[in-house]
Amino acid sequence: MSSEQRIVITGVGLTAPNGNDLNEFRKNLLAGKSGVQKFETRYMGEVLAGVCDFDALKYQKKKELRRGTRAGSIAIYCCREAAIDAGINMESVDRSRVGVYLGVTEHGNVETENEVYNISKYDYDTKFWSHHHNPRTVANNPAGEVTLNMKITGPHYTIGAACAAGNMGVIQGLQMLRLGEVDLALAGGVSESIHTFGIFASFNSEGALASHEDPTKASRPFDKNRNGIVCSEGGGVYTLERLSDAQKRSAKIHGEIVGYATNSDAFDFILPEPERQAECMRLALERAGLKPSDINILNAHATATQLGDIQECKALRKVFGGEKAVWINNTKSFIGHTMGAAGTLELSGNLPAFEDRLVHPTINLDELDPECSLENIVTGEPRRLDRVDYIMNNSFGMFGINSVLIVKRFQN
Amino acid sequence: MTKDEVRQAILDILADIAPDEDMNSINDEATLREQIDLDSMDFLDIVMELRKRFNIEVPEKDYEQLVSMASCIQYLQPILNDRQLAS
Repeated sequence: MSSEQRIVITGVGLTAPNGNDLNEFRKNLLAGKSGVQKFETRYMGEVLAGVCDFDALKYQKKKELRRGTRAGSIAIYCCREAAIDAGINMESVDRSRVGVYLGVTEHGNVETENEVYNISKYDYDTKFWSHHHNPRTVANNPAGEVTLNMKITGPHYTIGAACAAGNMGVIQGLQMLRLGEVDLALAGGVSESIHTFGIFASFNSEGALASHEDPTKASRPFDKNRNGIVCSEGGGVYTLERLSDAQKRSAKIHGEIVGYATNSDAFDFILPEPERQAECMRLALERAGLKPSDINILNAHATATQLGDIQECKALRKVFGGEKAVWINNTKSFIGHTMGAAGTLELSGNLPAFEDRLVHPTINLDELDPECSLENIVTGEPRRLDRVDYIMNNSFGMFGINSVLIVKRFQN
Repeated sequence: MTKDEVRQAILDILADIAPDEDMNSINDEATLREQIDLDSMDFLDIVMELRKRFNIEVPEKDYEQLVSMASCIQYLQPILNDRQLAS
């Protein structure tokens, strides 16, 4: 493939419940430090959530924060950080050739709930409904806020893709670079979902909301005693470039995206389907020209729901069964489920493994559920490998939307 | 409400809508937009806050009355005082 068609990650911007940049995030993943805490939510009282504490005023004025959304603020922070990490001075790039592609699980629920609550204080008189509601809830809001903040005049939109959204943002950015539509893509995913009570209430009604007396132990993918999802906020954005452009400016390269795939289960609203998930992983491998045994680290999607984890494990056995050197980890055990951000964020936490060869562990896996039995889940402590050349990330979502990314250690 | 109380009420609203701005140096005679970064959405915020805080409805034809601090006070003081008498 020509260097104009090879797409590389040259910048990472993120906020996670346990870190506000890649170094801090990675350090806490290697140290086993969770970011889950108690969180007050409207009507439901105390729940557990992953909450981010990045400095929102680093790149925004107070007025922008008041007017915009939390998702917009997370997106601005991550995009700005991704550009800085890439060594890009936005003043000196052609901003009509920059695209912003952000995955979201949902958008607008937070702002709508807030307005309904607001007018409830005025006997539901709709003349008190805010004129800010429309711009806050249009589906492109988070990406649109980024363009205003960074004065980007190229394309921007969000990609609604449930919990597969973070990877889908990256796939979109990659495709637009290959098509020559843009020269630089800020691509990834964001989530503000913890600020809607509805997501907690709905998971609770599904019997899929995690609880534990110790918040840091609540998110337990693959564990026999897992009891559901910890909802989290967060964001993960990459600066993506064509290899030829990145090399022209001698950019640092975090990794090369060599494989991707997305498909649909066509099976159920919420229950995943292992055969289609396996197909998605195989398609990504095929596009990358790889065998399953070439993957060194597989970052699993597992959210710690009873059935979801079992279904993904079935899919993983179909593709990787018997492979002795494919090491599996799970980031949600630390940070909960960051929804639209999950794909990019979880992949980001593994990118430094190309350098340090460490597979960060899965925490809270005290007793492996026999139905989740897989070879080579890294638990408790990080594991050092002889080499890390390929990382695969799975992200799946409701309506059976599947997304897989494969990133390669950069070699010229 | 006295003129000063009306002025303070308007300042409180502006401080919430434009939290990055210094409200101490407002010149009452000059237009607000010359002195504070306010756009049409902010202007609608002022109208909304008057509605929420004082139950005042500013019709669109009167929006121009809110152009400066002095004109705001001149326009709002009698309305606010009528409100107080009514209650």
